[in-house]
Amino acid sequence: MRESFGSWARSGSPWVWLNAGAVAISVVMVIGLLVLIAARGLGHFWPASIMEAEVRSGDTTYHLVGEKVEVVSVPVEQVQSAGIELQSDKETVERYLIKTGNRDVYGSDFRWVLEPFVQEITYPENLIAVERREWGNFYGYLLALKEKGETVAVQAAGENSIWPEFEQRIERALNIHEEIYQIEKHDIGRINYTIERLRLKQRRLELDGKDSLSAIAEIDAERAVLNAEYEVLQKQLADLYVEANRDSFVAKAMNGSEIEVSLSKVVRAYQPNRMGVMEKMGFYGAKLWEFLSDEPREANTEGGIFPAIFGTVMMVILMSILVTPFGVIAAVYLREYAKQGFVTRMIRIAVNNLAGVPSIVYGVFGLGFFVYFLGGHVDEMFFPEALPAPTFGTPGLMWASLTLALLTVPVVIVATEEGLARIPRSVREGSLALGATKAETLWRVVLPMASPAMMTGVILAVARAAGEVAPLMLVGVVKLAPSLPLDGNYPFIHLDQKFMHLGFHIYDVGFQSPNVEAARPLVYATALLLVIVIALLNLSAIAIRNHLREKYKSLEM
Amino acid sequence: MSALFSIPFERLSGVIQLSYKCSIFSAMKENSPNAPVIDFDTPALRMHRKIRSYKDKVAEVGVGVGGISVIVAILLIFLYLMYEVVPLFKSASVEPVAEYQVPATSVRPDDAKTLYLATEEQGEVAIRLTSVGEVVFFNAADGQVVDRVQLNLPEGVEVTSVQPEGPASTLMAVGLSNGNLLIIRDRYRITYPGNERLITPRIEYPYGEEPIVISEAGQAITKVALSDAEESLILSAVTADKKAYMVQFVKEESLFGDEVTLTRNEITLPVVEGNLHSILISPDQQWAYLASEKGTIDVLDLREKDEPKLNARLKVTEQNSAIGDVTFQLGGISVLVGDQKGHLSQWFLVRDEQNEWALKKIRSFDHDGTPISLIIPEHRRKGFLMMDAKGELGIYSTTAHRTMLTEKLLDQQPAVAAISPRADLLIVQRQDGVIQTFEVHNEHPEVSWKALWDKVWYESYEEPEYTWQSSASTNDFEPKFSLMPLAFGTLKAAFYAMIVATPLAICGAVFTAYFMAPAMRRKVKPIIELMEALPTVILGFLAGLFLAPFVEGNLPGIFALLLLLPIGMVAFGFAWAQMPDKVRHAIPDGWQAALLIPVVLLVSWFALGMSSHLEIVMFDGDMRTWLSNDLGIPFDQRNALVVGLAMGFAVIPTIFSITEDAIFAVPKHLSYGSLALGATPWQTLTRVVLPTASPGIFSAVMIGMGRAVGETMIVLMATGNTPIMDANIFEGMRTLAANIAVEVPESEVGSSHYRILFLAAFVLFMFTFVVNTIAEMVRQRLRKKYGAL
Repeated sequence: MRESFGSWARSGSPWVWLNAGAVAISVVMVIGLLVLIAARGLGHFWPASIMEAEVRSGDTTYHLVGEKVEVVSVPVEQVQSAGIELQSDKETVERYLIKTGNRDVYGSDFRWVLEPFVQEITYPENLIAVERREWGNFYGYLLALKEKGETVAVQAAGENSIWPEFEQRIERALNIHEEIYQIEKHDIGRINYTIERLRLKQRRLELDGKDSLSAIAEIDAERAVLNAEYEVLQKQLADLYVEANRDSFVAKAMNGSEIEVSLSKVVRAYQPNRMGVMEKMGFYGAKLWEFLSDEPREANTEGGIFPAIFGTVMMVILMSILVTPFGVIAAVYLREYAKQGFVTRMIRIAVNNLAGVPSIVYGVFGLGFFVYFLGGHVDEMFFPEALPAPTFGTPGLMWASLTLALLTVPVVIVATEEGLARIPRSVREGSLALGATKAETLWRVVLPMASPAMMTGVILAVARAAGEVAPLMLVGVVKLAPSLPLDGNYPFIHLDQKFMHLGFHIYDVGFQSPNVEAARPLVYATALLLVIVIALLNLSAIAIRNHLREKYKSLEM
Repeated sequence: MSALFSIPFERLSGVIQLSYKCSIFSAMKENSPNAPVIDFDTPALRMHRKIRSYKDKVAEVGVGVGGISVIVAILLIFLYLMYEVVPLFKSASVEPVAEYQVPATSVRPDDAKTLYLATEEQGEVAIRLTSVGEVVFFNAADGQVVDRVQLNLPEGVEVTSVQPEGPASTLMAVGLSNGNLLIIRDRYRITYPGNERLITPRIEYPYGEEPIVISEAGQAITKVALSDAEESLILSAVTADKKAYMVQFVKEESLFGDEVTLTRNEITLPVVEGNLHSILISPDQQWAYLASEKGTIDVLDLREKDEPKLNARLKVTEQNSAIGDVTFQLGGISVLVGDQKGHLSQWFLVRDEQNEWALKKIRSFDHDGTPISLIIPEHRRKGFLMMDAKGELGIYSTTAHRTMLTEKLLDQQPAVAAISPRADLLIVQRQDGVIQTFEVHNEHPEVSWKALWDKVWYESYEEPEYTWQSSASTNDFEPKFSLMPLAFGTLKAAFYAMIVATPLAICGAVFTAYFMAPAMRRKVKPIIELMEALPTVILGFLAGLFLAPFVEGNLPGIFALLLLLPIGMVAFGFAWAQMPDKVRHAIPDGWQAALLIPVVLLVSWFALGMSSHLEIVMFDGDMRTWLSNDLGIPFDQRNALVVGLAMGFAVIPTIFSITEDAIFAVPKHLSYGSLALGATPWQTLTRVVLPTASPGIFSAVMIGMGRAVGETMIVLMATGNTPIMDANIFEGMRTLAANIAVEVPESEVGSSHYRILFLAAFVLFMFTFVVNTIAEMVRQRLRKKYGAL
């Protein structure tokens, strides 16, 4: 022993180590959290192998086909006290969570099985996994392909001869689906939107007392044209639907039942047990792309999150357009124009503290003041034709952006003020001495030098806004928006519309979804995306700050 | 000011460039090339200067307006929240609207006494039921007769008493002078011919037009009561010969549900003493209250209809006073009593521990001693109006125990009065046969300071309690707006979060600022900053979906971790001190934290790994059931422990950064001095650095606390959101913030509930604002102190 424990303890070293431990715990917590999100979020897109096994528990035996999703170990006693007969000399047993899919056949996607009961595990190459538009995934053996109800190709459960044709027909069905989507979403969407605008226009004319016969006739004529267009599209759609429903496939599920599924319901089909690493990577990429670029399916538990990404970005952009000028002007006023004294000091403290006011309070304020008060008046003044249906008198994109702008304005003010304070007096005085006015000094000299600070403030504001959910729940976010707030219909940006948001998506899918188990991986992936976005924003705030600081270094004395 | 500037050329290079731009070189040409004179007073330049100064002014005004408006916008939050909250505490007001002679009946207008007065939903059409058996519908605004309906009465029979089923019901029992009884209902059909509202009243006989015989002796009915429930109809009456009757009609639906047959069933009442003032039958038909003129109430237990029992006979008035008026409050649970000496009280049945019911006085309102002549319960809320013998009106709310208004309306005793269903129109008939109507403004009677923050005895509760229950499916629900459970939940969540966060953040900050090597500090600080930037929705989601089940499954492991982590760290530190110099010196001082990361991982792995073994050895394989069965501690999966961990995580960086700043800002010469005097680094830290930085650390904790109090998403997702008042770490809570997030979207704009949620937001706002301001002031003072050092 170099040193007795007593003297070591007296020196205070244990405390130092404990303090060091606090840092270590914090770091481990942060990194662990990030790793957890990343592992769970990214793992989801990898095509897991499908296992086939016999499960024998007590007297019942059944066939099990599915993906192993989770393994947990539970004490044997807990299992036994739950009334399951299990002979084991070990303390704990492993329990698998198996995603069996086929919700239409078994009623649920998942089931728990105890490891000792699972026997004869195999990974047959011919097993197929089919992602469907409803009822979740299907796992089983492909048996036959049908066209208009007639069987066109058959194979035994152990063969794989009709797979290429299956893929081909899926491709065709997907193309048709895409066409249908285009027509329904874009063409018919546009017509419906225009007809609604015509209705509002007519109502407006009535309200203004200008509803002369000729004006009404004009509107009716336009409406007739649109209706005619609609008829044509409707006919096209009907044809396409017939085409899309032409093919179907028959497959055997794990309990032996044969089910037939129309190919129009299929998103993709694959044979994970047959895939090589390269193929799996390709598949992974495709899934990842789908996640980023597609719309959600099945109550947000499948598909992509593009509308949520888009909504978040739109909201953040609008917010920064609002917050930047106001934040900067307020900071300039406080620092450059206002008389420094008790009042400015109080204002500064107040602004500082507003950054600490709970965000839900801003949400309540936004709902009460912006939505009901301002929005209600805006509706009365500018959109009386739509009443009693509210236009701006209901939560929407604009109010959400405005609320978040208010929430983040202290961040911008504080950061900008800090930047302004750092600029030496001599620079200002030099400019003024050369005959520049105060405004010119501000515009040409002070603001450029303070721009790194402003930039940092805005980016921090954006990062905060992107992650904020509580106020948005009150002022405009919805779980599923029918259309994006930016589209091809006049006036292109729909500020009154409700929108989707990444953070709210996490809350909603994770906690309000009917099928949380199935949605969980997607929530992790969404969370990962949000973390990456916010981490990047924060890092770029630091990077831009450093870069601009370098640029204006020569000015700093 | 207009003068030529003559400046030597060499000294003017800068200015000339400027003047070049402005093309005012002409002035120079006239002078010698060596000493050019620039004319700064050309019209163009003057214009330019004017524009510049104008721009300057515009900028100044613009920035001023912009800056002030942003600051005003911030102030607006405060003002707007106030604006929404203030109406809650306003008292009621009454304005007279109209005054007219009572609308006359078509037959015997002079004999017709008003027995019943009411208005329909809109407060437009009023109904007057008279003793001659004619119902007069009239316009409440001017007394114009809308319609007259003669009830189906035998020749020579008069109406002697009328009683509606309850405050919100239009069904009423009409007692006749021949001992019979009619059941009628007033109905109003609303149509919009020509876009204008037209209300057409009518009278319905839901139990047939044939009168029901109560007294075979044909004695006039002086008091009636009825209660109409799903399965049976109960009628009660007192006749002129002072006999009390009670009859039950059991309903039986025919096979196809289109016809109801009634089976008559006489209920024999126990002996009734004295003159009855009124009979009240509870809507659930389990209790009846017989109030005597002398001021007693007989509580009858009707649960066994064949054999009603007298539960109790109670004196309900004070100072031996006689009864002024007795009636049910909305819902038929509370009995409101007013006596001849001006006391008002609310009574309801309370169940005790032995499951026995007893009528108890819940609260009382004191009036000025004038006899109470009418009590008019509201139709939608738990409140009532009172009129006394001198014509004074009182408006009261029972739940909030609040007197909303007392005002003299008439100069004589009122005969009959009614309040409209929306409680915005009071209609009073005076003794002299004049009707007066009043507009009543009484928006938020259910809120008072006491109702929000004190224990309140709600209807059907066994004792006063703190309860938050803002809505229910029934209309006669008593809203329970106690903010206490929410405030308690908020503080509970914040408390557990602070328990997790404060030691970790302060210790971590102390080490980072004081002991850590600069190279490592540069790596740790961004990690903490990243921690601060993590959206709380992600923390909440992880807490709810990952941490909660994880903690539930590894409960012994979590507690073992708490114990083992510090031991492991100290043990490793001691072991490190015993290492040979070569090993120890390989890692420079100030990197202990990095060394401890593997230790933390290892200890965690060990503690969690042995969790299930521990569970088997110590807790019979399931700590959860052990907790609830052996210790009697209820366990929720989403509990305060999970919230504490998750919210602690969110609060750590806030406290960490500010504490770290405060410690780092302590002037170095202080610690150098201490070290030079022979103190160990730890002694220097605890005796010199920490005392100096302690105000900063205090403000860090305050700001962290503010954040924990207002955090919404984590609590929303990581607890069950049940508003309970229990400090148990294994149970959840509902916080003010989460409550707002859950309930605001569903509350009706402008309602009391909506405003109370705004009040909750206001409380949060003020709390964090005050806490942060204190913290900020402390910090500024500290900064000044350092400056002096």
